Amino acid sequence: MEIQTRKERNGVIVSVKGRMDAVTAPEFEKTLSDLIIKGENTFLLNFGALEYISSAGLRSILATAKKLKEKQGKILFVGLRGPVEEVFKISGFHSIFKIFDSEEIALKEMAPKEIE
Amino acid sequence: MKRLLSIKFPAKLENLGRFMESVSNCARRQGFDQKKIHEIELATEEALVNICSYAYPEKPGDVEINCKIENDRFIIEIIDSGVPFDMTSLPDPDLTADIDERKMGGLGVFFIKKLMDEVRYRRENDRNILNLIVKKEKG
Repeated sequence: MEIQTRKERNGVIVSVKGRMDAVTAPEFEKTLSDLIIKGENTFLLNFGALEYISSAGLRSILATAKKLKEKQGKILFVGLRGPVEEVFKISGFHSIFKIFDSEEIALKEMAPKEIE
Repeated sequence: MKRLLSIKFPAKLENLGRFMESVSNCARRQGFDQKKIHEIELATEEALVNICSYAYPEKPGDVEINCKIENDRFIIEIIDSGVPFDMTSLPDPDLTADIDERKMGGLGVFFIKKLMDEVRYRRENDRNILNLIVKKEKG
Protein backbone atom coordinates (compact mmCIF):
# COMPACT_ATOMS: atom_id res chain seq x y z
CA MET A 1 0.00 0.00 0.00
CA GLU A 2 1.21 3.51 -0.86
CA ILE A 3 -0.22 6.70 0.59
CA GLN A 4 0.25 10.16 -0.90
CA THR A 5 -1.06 13.30 0.71
CA ARG A 6 -1.58 16.64 -0.95
CA LYS A 7 -2.65 19.77 0.86
CA GLU A 8 -5.30 21.84 -0.88
CA ARG A 9 -6.80 25.11 0.27
CA ASN A 10 -9.86 23.43 1.75
CA GLY A 11 -8.43 20.18 2.99
CA VAL A 12 -6.09 17.29 2.35
CA ILE A 13 -6.34 14.86 -0.55
CA VAL A 14 -5.12 11.42 0.46
CA SER A 15 -4.48 9.02 -2.43
CA VAL A 16 -4.17 5.36 -1.53
CA LYS A 17 -2.73 2.76 -3.87
CA GLY A 18 -2.58 -1.02 -3.61
CA ARG A 19 -4.16 -3.12 -0.88
CA MET A 20 -5.67 -1.96 2.38
CA ASP A 21 -5.89 -5.10 4.49
CA ALA A 22 -5.42 -6.08 8.13
CA VAL A 23 -1.64 -5.63 7.76
CA THR A 24 -1.62 -2.24 6.03
CA ALA A 25 -4.77 -0.56 7.42
CA PRO A 26 -3.05 0.57 10.67
CA GLU A 27 -0.55 2.60 8.61
CA PHE A 28 -3.41 4.32 6.78
CA GLU A 29 -5.17 5.08 10.07
CA LYS A 30 -1.97 6.48 11.58
CA THR A 31 -1.34 8.75 8.58
CA LEU A 32 -4.78 10.29 8.94
CA SER A 33 -4.61 10.43 12.70
CA ASP A 34 -1.28 12.33 12.51
CA LEU A 35 -2.84 14.83 10.11
CA ILE A 36 -5.82 15.29 12.46
CA ILE A 37 -3.42 15.96 15.35
CA LYS A 38 -1.77 18.63 13.18
CA GLY A 39 -5.17 20.32 12.87
CA GLU A 40 -6.48 19.02 9.55
CA ASN A 41 -10.17 18.20 9.63
CA THR A 42 -11.29 17.88 6.01
CA PHE A 43 -10.14 14.93 3.94
CA LEU A 44 -10.78 13.71 0.43
CA LEU A 45 -9.77 10.09 0.06
CA ASN A 46 -8.91 9.20 -3.52
CA PHE A 47 -9.29 5.42 -3.86
CA GLY A 48 -8.83 5.38 -7.65
CA ALA A 49 -5.70 3.21 -7.36
CA LEU A 50 -6.90 1.11 -4.43
CA GLU A 51 -7.27 -2.48 -5.59
CA TYR A 52 -8.48 -4.19 -2.45
CA ILE A 53 -10.02 -3.30 0.89
CA SER A 54 -11.16 -5.59 3.71
CA SER A 55 -13.13 -4.94 6.91
CA ALA A 56 -9.87 -3.87 8.60
CA GLY A 57 -9.65 -1.00 6.10
CA LEU A 58 -13.28 -0.07 6.69
CA ARG A 59 -12.68 -0.07 10.45
CA SER A 60 -9.79 2.38 10.00
CA ILE A 61 -12.01 4.62 7.90
CA LEU A 62 -14.81 4.47 10.46
CA ALA A 63 -12.43 5.18 13.35
CA THR A 64 -11.11 8.22 11.44
CA ALA A 65 -14.64 9.41 10.61
CA LYS A 66 -15.66 9.15 14.27
CA LYS A 67 -12.65 11.27 15.31
CA LEU A 68 -13.43 13.85 12.63
CA LYS A 69 -17.06 14.09 13.63
CA GLU A 70 -16.00 15.22 17.11
CA LYS A 71 -13.98 18.00 15.47
CA GLN A 72 -16.75 19.01 13.06
CA GLY A 73 -14.55 17.70 10.25
CA LYS A 74 -15.51 15.67 7.23
CA ILE A 75 -14.30 12.87 5.06
CA LEU A 76 -15.23 12.48 1.39
CA PHE A 77 -14.43 9.82 -1.17
CA VAL A 78 -13.60 9.75 -4.83
CA GLY A 79 -12.60 7.08 -7.35
CA LEU A 80 -14.25 3.98 -5.86
CA ARG A 81 -14.19 1.17 -8.37
CA GLY A 82 -14.33 -2.60 -8.77
CA PRO A 83 -13.82 -4.60 -5.58
CA VAL A 84 -13.52 -1.48 -3.40
CA GLU A 85 -16.85 -0.14 -4.62
CA GLU A 86 -18.44 -3.56 -4.05
CA VAL A 87 -17.18 -3.65 -0.45
CA PHE A 88 -18.53 -0.13 0.16
CA LYS A 89 -21.93 -1.23 -1.15
CA ILE A 90 -22.15 -4.50 0.79
CA SER A 91 -21.10 -2.82 4.05
CA GLY A 92 -23.53 0.08 3.75
CA PHE A 93 -20.57 2.54 3.76
CA HIS A 94 -21.88 3.70 0.40
CA SER A 95 -24.86 5.30 2.11
CA ILE A 96 -23.15 6.73 5.21
CA PHE A 97 -20.32 8.51 3.35
CA LYS A 98 -20.27 11.10 0.59
CA ILE A 99 -18.80 9.66 -2.59
CA PHE A 100 -17.97 11.68 -5.69
CA ASP A 101 -17.13 10.87 -9.29
CA SER A 102 -14.25 13.33 -9.61
CA GLU A 103 -11.81 15.25 -7.41
CA GLU A 104 -13.04 18.48 -8.99
CA ILE A 105 -16.62 18.00 -7.83
CA ALA A 106 -15.49 16.82 -4.40
CA LEU A 107 -13.21 19.86 -3.96
CA LYS A 108 -16.18 22.15 -4.57
CA GLU A 109 -18.03 20.30 -1.81
CA MET A 110 -15.04 20.83 0.51
CA ALA A 111 -15.11 24.59 0.07
CA PRO A 112 -16.66 26.58 2.94
CA LYS A 113 -20.29 27.19 2.10
CA GLU A 114 -20.40 30.92 2.93
CA ILE A 115 -17.99 31.73 0.08
CA GLU A 116 -20.35 30.36 -2.56
CA MET B 1 -12.82 -34.95 -3.83
CA LYS B 2 -9.67 -33.43 -5.21
CA ARG B 3 -7.18 -31.74 -2.90
CA LEU B 4 -5.53 -28.68 -4.45
CA LEU B 5 -3.62 -27.03 -1.64
CA SER B 6 -2.61 -27.67 1.95
CA ILE B 7 -0.61 -25.12 3.92
CA LYS B 8 0.00 -24.47 7.59
CA PHE B 9 1.66 -21.49 9.29
CA PRO B 10 1.60 -19.88 12.73
CA ALA B 11 -1.61 -17.89 13.23
CA LYS B 12 0.03 -14.48 12.93
CA LEU B 13 -0.89 -11.49 10.80
CA GLU B 14 2.60 -11.46 9.32
CA ASN B 15 1.68 -14.72 7.53
CA LEU B 16 -1.51 -13.27 6.03
CA GLY B 17 0.21 -12.47 2.71
CA ARG B 18 1.51 -16.02 2.24
CA PHE B 19 -1.90 -17.55 2.91
CA MET B 20 -3.70 -15.11 0.64
CA GLU B 21 -1.30 -15.57 -2.24
CA SER B 22 -1.57 -19.36 -2.09
CA VAL B 23 -5.36 -19.32 -1.93
CA SER B 24 -5.81 -16.78 -4.71
CA ASN B 25 -3.37 -18.63 -7.00
CA CYS B 26 -5.28 -21.80 -6.33
CA ALA B 27 -8.61 -20.13 -7.17
CA ARG B 28 -7.10 -18.62 -10.31
CA ARG B 29 -5.97 -22.05 -11.53
CA GLN B 30 -9.56 -23.20 -11.11
CA GLY B 31 -10.59 -20.61 -13.68
CA PHE B 32 -12.47 -18.19 -11.43
CA ASP B 33 -12.72 -14.65 -12.79
CA GLN B 34 -11.04 -11.69 -11.10
CA LYS B 35 -14.21 -10.60 -9.29
CA LYS B 36 -14.72 -14.05 -7.77
CA ILE B 37 -11.03 -14.29 -6.84
CA HIS B 38 -11.33 -10.98 -5.02
CA GLU B 39 -14.35 -12.27 -3.10
CA ILE B 40 -12.48 -15.45 -2.18
CA GLU B 41 -9.48 -13.37 -1.01
CA LEU B 42 -11.68 -11.12 1.06
CA ALA B 43 -13.55 -13.98 2.76
CA THR B 44 -10.26 -15.79 3.43
CA GLU B 45 -8.62 -12.68 4.90
CA GLU B 46 -11.59 -12.02 7.20
CA ALA B 47 -11.58 -15.60 8.51
CA LEU B 48 -7.79 -15.60 9.00
CA VAL B 49 -7.72 -12.23 10.75
CA ASN B 50 -10.31 -13.47 13.25
CA ILE B 51 -8.18 -16.53 13.98
CA CYS B 52 -4.96 -14.49 14.28
CA SER B 53 -6.69 -12.00 16.61
CA TYR B 54 -8.84 -14.23 18.83
CA ALA B 55 -8.19 -17.97 18.48
CA TYR B 56 -5.07 -18.15 20.64
CA PRO B 57 -5.36 -15.70 23.54
CA GLU B 58 -2.81 -17.52 25.70
CA LYS B 59 -0.32 -19.51 23.71
CA PRO B 60 0.44 -19.22 19.99
CA GLY B 61 -0.90 -21.80 17.55
CA ASP B 62 -1.18 -22.65 13.88
CA VAL B 63 -3.74 -22.20 11.19
CA GLU B 64 -4.11 -24.61 8.31
CA ILE B 65 -5.75 -24.04 4.97
CA ASN B 66 -6.83 -26.78 2.59
CA CYS B 67 -8.36 -26.00 -0.78
CA LYS B 68 -10.28 -28.69 -2.55
CA ILE B 69 -12.82 -29.35 -5.25
CA GLU B 70 -15.86 -31.46 -4.50
CA ASN B 71 -18.83 -31.81 -6.84
CA ASP B 72 -18.10 -28.56 -8.70
CA ARG B 73 -17.68 -26.71 -5.44
CA PHE B 74 -14.43 -24.96 -4.52
CA ILE B 75 -13.89 -25.39 -0.79
CA ILE B 76 -11.50 -23.35 1.34
CA GLU B 77 -11.15 -25.22 4.61
CA ILE B 78 -9.64 -23.22 7.45
CA ILE B 79 -8.62 -25.08 10.60
CA ASP B 80 -7.34 -23.87 13.96
CA SER B 81 -6.99 -25.46 17.39
CA GLY B 82 -7.93 -22.32 19.28
CA VAL B 83 -10.95 -21.34 21.37
CA PRO B 84 -14.29 -22.48 19.94
CA PHE B 85 -15.75 -19.90 17.56
CA ASP B 86 -18.78 -20.46 15.38
CA MET B 87 -19.10 -17.42 13.15
CA THR B 88 -22.19 -18.83 11.46
CA SER B 89 -24.13 -18.21 14.69
CA LEU B 90 -23.34 -14.48 14.87
CA PRO B 91 -26.04 -11.91 14.04
CA ASP B 92 -25.48 -9.51 11.13
CA PRO B 93 -24.30 -5.98 11.96
CA ASP B 94 -26.64 -3.00 11.55
CA LEU B 95 -25.62 -1.67 8.14
CA THR B 96 -27.85 1.38 8.26
CA ALA B 97 -26.41 3.00 11.42
CA ASP B 98 -24.72 6.35 10.80
CA ILE B 99 -21.11 7.22 11.70
CA ASP B 100 -21.89 7.83 15.39
CA GLU B 101 -23.88 4.67 15.98
CA ARG B 102 -22.02 2.40 13.63
CA LYS B 103 -20.19 -0.38 15.49
CA MET B 104 -16.61 -1.23 14.61
CA GLY B 105 -16.94 -5.01 14.59
CA GLY B 106 -18.92 -7.69 12.82
CA LEU B 107 -18.29 -6.64 9.23
CA GLY B 108 -15.68 -9.30 8.46
CA VAL B 109 -17.99 -12.18 9.34
CA PHE B 110 -20.79 -10.47 7.44
CA PHE B 111 -18.60 -10.26 4.30
CA ILE B 112 -17.82 -13.97 4.53
CA LYS B 113 -21.49 -14.91 4.80
CA LYS B 114 -22.48 -12.50 2.06
CA LEU B 115 -19.79 -13.40 -0.49
CA MET B 116 -19.56 -17.16 -0.13
CA ASP B 117 -22.23 -19.49 -1.50
CA GLU B 118 -22.14 -21.49 1.70
CA VAL B 119 -20.31 -21.35 5.05
CA ARG B 120 -20.07 -24.42 7.26
CA TYR B 121 -18.60 -24.71 10.72
CA ARG B 122 -17.91 -27.68 12.92
CA ARG B 123 -15.93 -28.28 16.09
CA GLU B 124 -14.03 -31.55 15.88
CA ASN B 125 -11.23 -32.94 18.08
CA ASP B 126 -10.77 -29.53 19.74
CA ARG B 127 -10.40 -27.84 16.38
CA ASN B 128 -12.49 -25.21 14.61
CA ILE B 129 -13.13 -26.31 11.05
CA LEU B 130 -14.56 -23.65 8.80
CA ASN B 131 -15.53 -24.40 5.22
CA LEU B 132 -15.95 -21.49 2.81
CA ILE B 133 -17.69 -22.81 -0.28
CA VAL B 134 -17.92 -21.28 -3.76
CA LYS B 135 -19.88 -22.96 -6.51
CA LYS B 136 -18.04 -23.39 -9.78
CA GLU B 137 -20.04 -22.39 -12.80
CA LYS B 138 -20.39 -25.29 -15.16
CA GLY B 139 -19.44 -25.08 -18.81
